[in-house]
Amino acid sequence: MAYIDPYAMSPEKKIALLETMVLIRVFEERVATLFAQQLIPGFVHLSIGQEASTVGSCAALRPDDYIVSTHRGHAHILAKGADPKYMFAECLGKKTGYCKGKGGSMHIADFSKNILGANGVVGGGFPIIIGAGFSIKLRKTDQVGMVFFGDGASNRGTFHEACNMAAVFKLPIVFVCENNMYASTSPASKMVAGGSIAGRAHAYGIPGFITDGSNVLAVAEVVQEAVDRARRGEGPSIVETETYRYKGHFEGDKQKYRTQDEIQNYRMTRDPIDRFERVLQEEGILTKTAIKEIWAAAHTRIEEAVRFAMESPLPEPEEALDDVFVNP
Amino acid sequence: MGVRDLSCSLAMAEALAEEMERDPTVFIIGEDLTAHGGIFGQFRGLPERFPDRIIDTPISETSIVGAGIGAALTGMRPIIDMHFADFVTTAMDEIVNQMAKLRYMSGGQAKLPLVLWAPDGAGISAAAQHSQSVESWFIHTPGLKVVAPFEPADVKGLLKAAIRDDDPVIFFQHKRLFRWTGPVAEHHEYLVPLGKALIKRHGSDVTIITYSRMTYECLEAARILAQQGIQAEVIDLRTLKPFDMELIAESLRKTRRAVIAHEACLTGGFGAEIAARIGEELFEHLDAPVLRVAAKDVPIPFSPVLEKFVLPQAEDILNAVRTVMKYPSRAVTRACSITKTPRSKRRRSG
Ligand SMILES: Cc1ncc(C[n+]2csc(CCOP(=O)(O)OP(=O)(O)O)c2C)c(N)n1
Ligand SMILES: [Mg+2]
Repeated sequence: MAYIDPYAMSPEKKIALLETMVLIRVFEERVATLFAQQLIPGFVHLSIGQEASTVGSCAALRPDDYIVSTHRGHAHILAKGADPKYMFAECLGKKTGYCKGKGGSMHIADFSKNILGANGVVGGGFPIIIGAGFSIKLRKTDQVGMVFFGDGASNRGTFHEACNMAAVFKLPIVFVCENNMYASTSPASKMVAGGSIAGRAHAYGIPGFITDGSNVLAVAEVVQEAVDRARRGEGPSIVETETYRYKGHFEGDKQKYRTQDEIQNYRMTRDPIDRFERVLQEEGILTKTAIKEIWAAAHTRIEEAVRFAMESPLPEPEEALDDVFVNP
Repeated sequence: MGVRDLSCSLAMAEALAEEMERDPTVFIIGEDLTAHGGIFGQFRGLPERFPDRIIDTPISETSIVGAGIGAALTGMRPIIDMHFADFVTTAMDEIVNQMAKLRYMSGGQAKLPLVLWAPDGAGISAAAQHSQSVESWFIHTPGLKVVAPFEPADVKGLLKAAIRDDDPVIFFQHKRLFRWTGPVAEHHEYLVPLGKALIKRHGSDVTIITYSRMTYECLEAARILAQQGIQAEVIDLRTLKPFDMELIAESLRKTRRAVIAHEACLTGGFGAEIAARIGEELFEHLDAPVLRVAAKDVPIPFSPVLEKFVLPQAEDILNAVRTVMKYPSRAVTRACSITKTPRSKRRRSG
């Protein structure tokens, strides 16, 4: 069996997980400042606080596996290996962005990394990953498809249709619900019947896992199991990561639906990066200095990326007419 | 009772409060309505006053719209909040196959007194899935009435009329107009009838037919044209289905030239329908071809430079008007040879 216990994960891989989490944190903080300076137009949804959930999930994937992302998608595509340069350029609406300025923050995707788009319609990704699943089966490869979604999205009909279809056809799919306790202003405790999202797996006769979304190794372990099952042809699973977003639903959110205390409490006690740094130090894998260097490297990379994006040209207005069709 | 200045979002909140006060069967259903008084502040004050009749739901648009239908069939007057007009796609069966057809298919037994409220439009870099103007999909569906006001007064008057109307009304409001402010009557019985357009500016040289936020651009264009000696008449349709063909005809018999402007993309847009009706009913009164000003036929892009290029601007309206003004007037020579349009035909509208 190809199952690898991630707790026995190599030190190099663990360091890589931390590096990616830090990169996401620094990227997102920088997006927040650019947005505050009114350099980024439109809607921006940040993943600060959710890094372990996303990085642990993507750690189980191969480069040729597929993901479908969401409106809160920067972390997903960074974890899948996208380049922050072209991401910032997209956020700034530049010609050099991944989507040539046509998509913006909500729709950044690098299709060359098998990222099948970032959806601004909540729940729009479920049926798309089903199609990827059929395609994998028909092409007889051992790829896996992973769809990221929130607690809120689990209430769309598309989720239930996709779960059933994935189960009926034993499609190689992993449903990763990043349960950050809120869908916009609505608490999951009020909106999700049945107590959990993973629990809904039971209805479709597929495995459902709940994991601590602030513990990157715990997420990696569970998702690895789900991915391995899918790769072996044993069908889909649902993984629910219990996580939390520190920022508002979008930048500028008034957040009257929760208290500052609640946010502070999470930050102080369950920060995924703090926790993992402590683990790595306890295990003797990284020193305090080495951790500082990881942060410094992330800052350098992000500043270079921001500079590239700021210096990039805007698209020519007429370019708005391109890319509608392959054969216009 | 007086008149005071209100924003479109406050005019909306006032209309809702008055109707909920007046009629206990009126209620609002949708996502994230209460925490911040609606994402555009359009429900301000309502959760406190009517805690049971403003219902926050899970993200389940299919069931939200369907629930509106079921409630309407059983004696309620629901207002369905679609969050963004773009998300109507997630409840298309409910709107097109159920809401629009239940009355007809049941031989008139069913009644659906509901409002589906949807903020639409572009211009805030919200990209392709949060910026659309989708009115023509519903204008093309028999069984639905379609409203798209511009002024705060019309938001209030039309929303109240739509709530009281016994048929399903799709109510679009442009998201860039929520802070647009204007005089609104305090009167609780201030109603604007569905199907009636309004002349926003009188003129004798050309008629500009428009609705929603494009009314603003058209009035801007008309102001500039006036400085150049061209008097444009600007008509805000307010209701798109049924639309006020009578007022359009009256204006065109005077001006003999028409430009239609909307923010939705050109091909298959509502402008095509108006132009066709003008061609069918007013051909002999026209001095120039009917021109349309609309967005380009692409999804709405994110980057502000691209978005601006795609959306119609006041400049485009000016160009269209200048083009129709180039055609020589045939008014004098035609007047004697043309028989008058029969009255019955003139009155046909929408
Ligand atoms: C079909 C649809 N309905 C509503 C929205 C508006 N909306 C955008 S994000 C969001 C909340 C999503 O919550 P969740 O799925 O938990 O993801 P999170 O934002 O917490 O990451 C809502 C209601 C949308 N974009 N699409
Ligand atoms: Mg959520």
